[in-house]
Amino acid sequence: MNVSFQFDKLSKKFPARKGALSLSKFEVSAVKTVSLKIKQGETFGLVGESGCGKSTLAKMLVGLMKPTSGKIEIDGEIFDKPEPKIFGKKIQYVFQDPISSLNPRKTIRQIMEAPLKNLHGMKRPDRDSRIKELFEAVNLRLDFLDRHPHEFSGGQAQRIGIARALAAEPKILVLDEPVSALDVSIQAQVLNLLEELKEKFGLTYFFISHDLSVVEAVSDRVAVMYFGSIVEVGTAEEIFSKPKHPYTKLLADSAPIIGKPLTLNENSGYELPDIMNPPKGCAFRDRCNFSKKLCSQKTPIFKKVKNGSAVSCHYPIN
Amino acid sequence: MIAYIIKRLLSAIPVLLGISVIVFIIMALIPGDPATAILGSFATPENVEKLNRDLGLDKPMIQRYFIWLGNMLQGDFGRSFSLNKDVLDEISERFGATLVLAGVSFVLCSILGVVAGALSASRQFGITDKLITLSVLIGISIPSFFLGMMMILFFSVQLRWFPVSGMWPIYGARDLSALLSHLFLPAVALSVVATGVIARLSRSAMLEVLRQDFIRTARAKGLSEARVIWRHALKAAMVSVIPVLGVQAGFVLSGAVYIEMVFQWPGVGRMLVEAILKRDILLVQGGVVFVAACYVMFNIVVDIIQSLLDPRIKT
Amino acid sequence: MTRFMALFARSQLAFIGLIILSLILILAILTPWLPLNDPNVIDTSNRFKRPFSEDSILGTDHLGRDLLSRLLWGTRLSIAVGLCAAIIAAFIGSAIGVIAGFYGGHTDNIIMRGVDMLMAFPYILLALAIVAALGPGLMNALIAVAIVNIPFFARNIRGVTLGIVHREFVDAARLSGMSNAKIIINEILPNVFPVIVVAMSTTVGWMILETAGLSFLGLGSQPPQADLGSMLGEARAAIITSPYTSVVPGVMILIIVMAINLVGDGIRDVLDPRLKSGALSTPRSTTEVAKNKSDAGLKTQTLLSINGLKTEFRIGNRILKAVNDVSLTVDKGQCVGIIGESGSGKSVTALSIMRLVSSPPGIITDGSIDFKGDDLLKLSSEDLRDFRGKKVSYVFQDPLSTLHPLYTVGQQLSEAIQSHNHVGKLEKHKKALELLQAVRISNPEKRLNSYPHELSGGMRQRIGIAMALANDPDIIIADEPTTALDVTVQAQILKLFQDLRREKGLALVFITHDFGVISQICDKVAVMYAGKVVETGPAAEILKSPAHPYTARLKSCVPELGQGKRNLIAIPGFPPMIDNMPSGCAFASRCGKAEQNCQSAMVDIKKIGQERAVRCLFPEEIKAG
Repeated sequence: MNVSFQFDKLSKKFPARKGALSLSKFEVSAVKTVSLKIKQGETFGLVGESGCGKSTLAKMLVGLMKPTSGKIEIDGEIFDKPEPKIFGKKIQYVFQDPISSLNPRKTIRQIMEAPLKNLHGMKRPDRDSRIKELFEAVNLRLDFLDRHPHEFSGGQAQRIGIARALAAEPKILVLDEPVSALDVSIQAQVLNLLEELKEKFGLTYFFISHDLSVVEAVSDRVAVMYFGSIVEVGTAEEIFSKPKHPYTKLLADSAPIIGKPLTLNENSGYELPDIMNPPKGCAFRDRCNFSKKLCSQKTPIFKKVKNGSAVSCHYPIN
Repeated sequence: MIAYIIKRLLSAIPVLLGISVIVFIIMALIPGDPATAILGSFATPENVEKLNRDLGLDKPMIQRYFIWLGNMLQGDFGRSFSLNKDVLDEISERFGATLVLAGVSFVLCSILGVVAGALSASRQFGITDKLITLSVLIGISIPSFFLGMMMILFFSVQLRWFPVSGMWPIYGARDLSALLSHLFLPAVALSVVATGVIARLSRSAMLEVLRQDFIRTARAKGLSEARVIWRHALKAAMVSVIPVLGVQAGFVLSGAVYIEMVFQWPGVGRMLVEAILKRDILLVQGGVVFVAACYVMFNIVVDIIQSLLDPRIKT
Repeated sequence: MTRFMALFARSQLAFIGLIILSLILILAILTPWLPLNDPNVIDTSNRFKRPFSEDSILGTDHLGRDLLSRLLWGTRLSIAVGLCAAIIAAFIGSAIGVIAGFYGGHTDNIIMRGVDMLMAFPYILLALAIVAALGPGLMNALIAVAIVNIPFFARNIRGVTLGIVHREFVDAARLSGMSNAKIIINEILPNVFPVIVVAMSTTVGWMILETAGLSFLGLGSQPPQADLGSMLGEARAAIITSPYTSVVPGVMILIIVMAINLVGDGIRDVLDPRLKSGALSTPRSTTEVAKNKSDAGLKTQTLLSINGLKTEFRIGNRILKAVNDVSLTVDKGQCVGIIGESGSGKSVTALSIMRLVSSPPGIITDGSIDFKGDDLLKLSSEDLRDFRGKKVSYVFQDPLSTLHPLYTVGQQLSEAIQSHNHVGKLEKHKKALELLQAVRISNPEKRLNSYPHELSGGMRQRIGIAMALANDPDIIIADEPTTALDVTVQAQILKLFQDLRREKGLALVFITHDFGVISQICDKVAVMYAGKVVETGPAAEILKSPAHPYTARLKSCVPELGQGKRNLIAIPGFPPMIDNMPSGCAFASRCGKAEQNCQSAMVDIKKIGQERAVRCLFPEEIKAG
């Protein structure tokens, strides 16, 4: 397998304090020892609900945040300093909110030139021709270059954001909820564009979203994240149609689908565990219909099931 | 809650130390020899040297700071040469007068300011709003000492409604009515500026809150408009107004300096100005530390009130 | 810049302030060349000459110096000193603030502790201490005032910088390989600059007052040089005999500071981005209804019927037709879904029913909304209050911002009950508990004392629903109640709505952008596009076989779970801008089937079959169910 990039036992802890008077500091785990290998040319999807740690993970992958432990390897090279300037040439980031990812006081041209100047030290004529190339690739008109971000709709702004990420000539794009802020009828346009660009530039995608159906539609493989850990990895075809982890199944069952009646187990409490007092054993056990005694005693480890899928559950669903 | 109060009190310690350091450093910056300044025409070399030794000025800076701090903590603020009196005695005598003046003004400006601001916001762009906004604008633009002088001219000299200056009548009983008649003009003059500032900030805080979603929820519930404004909006606006009140207390204390000069009010502010002009350093030093410490304590009270109002502040 | 001036001139007061200030500034600059008497020449034989006397228009002071001349020279000095102090304070304070905010962590901690120390002094005490140390004098007063104001700028600018540092474009700049220094200069400063300008324009007035104050106390400018403050100070002794010597400089200070404050407010408003969007005016309690609205009310048997509703936003000269001729009926116990993208007018339609569209700039210009035979658009605000929450109640999208942050759940529920029923304390408590049980909140007794921030998103939305149920309304309008929630929580809330409908026979108007949600809980659906209903009918039929091309394409461009990786069929183009609507069908430019006549004239909605209607000249073929 041609691995494009991988990360090993990546974790992030934040310092926290319990009470106003307590002097004892302790740490909160936002991401707990996550390891993944992403293949060259693949779109790897990551699904999780708010607060599961997926954005923290993404920030570490591009060097915007220093991991507490673990290592990141891109194209055989180890990246151990959180230095976006070094990461930037290999891996780039597309933000959720397209408008807020563009500085309101700069023109689009200034925004597009920043990576060309700072990462590649390009001269003016080279920059101009490169920008022209990129704008054609994302279907934007060149006269947009002299306008300011507020003059664009969300869909256009997201195209600019994508073009800027591509300007760094990265091999990998981390797409953090790239369509969630967009209107439904625009989402498909952007998703299709991303697919086109992937072919054209030979990219690898790490696609993060809370929307199961979007992730499924664009990904080759999908990982499901819950409370800071990956609970299941599998192919896009199988992960939601034949879920193995009870949480994946809960997600799949909860997604509203046309023609499918509303089904719900009312007893499943919806509370996430308290991050200040993380539970022993499996973090999902309180919401799980299949939990047994073992689940509250031992944290399940991640194990391969078959043909590339893996699950961290003591009693996976067959 | 108690944990929060203790925490706030503890956090005041470094601030108080910081204040003492700042004051000490500023005073250490004084050019020339303080002993010469203190002794004035008695400054023979022997006298200067003796006084320097008495004041501990021959020792290194850091040591001097701790001696000064230690003395202060024991209530020894030194002796004022211009008044030939213990500094702490003089301050405690004067501080009462300032507290009466500033306290009354503060209560006045807090109530008036918040009510005017809320009223103004609830009638945005209406005639009430315009009138309040205009008076507030004049209020924050007028120098309080000028206002005080004009009030003396009009109410005391022309109309003879109030005494011209001082805190007590020279002859006659020192009772409450005498105090009130002396207090009225300076308290009003002092509160005008702060009222303006508080009203402005209350208005914008209210406008901000009135745009919030939870106000729409309150209206969707079918509540009366009075309830929406005075119960829902004002309470939420107070969260941003109360810290401003804390800051304004500082402005009222500051303004008191001018007003005390204009109305010959026997307070700390006037004492400080006179001390500066006479270069009575120990008196200035002591006065500044004392008033600043009181102000720090007052702000702790403000913070505690704030935490009672807003459950989101971690207790 | 011209746009800036145009906006500025719109505020008359600011404009007047600008004119006055310019006049004073011109006078101050020209003072040395004006034919004035020497301001410092003492002529004791001519002391206290009254104003408007010979050779001296404003009279003379206690030393016989010409007041007019002293006034102009003093003004010049006061403005210069105030301005210098403001610039120094703004420059140093902003630099400190930007650095503290940008680097954060220990740097921030140390700097801000220092700033807090300075702020722990009532400001004049610090200024007095500084003047005491440096000695009286105008320059020293200037330094004191500048130092005292540094913390104000440092704090403000740090706050603003903190807000910007966490914005995504700063991360993007980092990923573009920019260094910290470059990020501060290119990304942060341009965004902080307007705030610095506003802070400065609103504090220059203060600084002039403060320096004048120090001079008044005799600690600023020293004789014979005089600024306005020391003129007042010197005149104080003669306040009773010659009040005009005080009035002249005092009024001058008042005028200068007032003009500066007016201009400062103007600058602040102009630089506030909300001014342009019309969001600076607060919403009124009820949405305005145009007086010339036609009387189109149809008396119908249905519970709620909306006929030809038009709601507009008027911002400056622009008119945004957010809702443009919408008709809809809701029967008893029915669940009607309104589906559309953002800007389609679905929320504005729903808010118009409650007359809660933010107004101004919103205004209902036409149509009628009949509830059990009463036109809601004709109700007085008193009657409307009685109707809100009692007959129809509303559940909003974001459960955090829509609950009052400072009242407990119990207080907010009791208030909802109280607002339409005067009941005792005990009964209120009982009813509040019942409501929490009705929305399946576990441990309701304890939750009554919780504040909204202590609850999870799903729990908050349940409280929102409980509040809507408080007075047993006939209809609940739910405006994207699950959009802000996670998918597992969404399923629970949808189930709750479905159960409540069944138990209480409620009618439900459910607004969403998700066909899956429509399919799961709605009986009937209205599809909205660009302010109009383009298709309406039974939900199951429309989802199975949409008649309008927009519905069909919208449905097929949304990926549906369970089909694996695939290509999506995107809709080309963008929705039209609502201030620039095409004359014909709004979807025509994005529609594959559009012909010439789609663009030329408005397309009417027409019935197809028993219960369905579509606004299209070439509807899709209906597959038989």
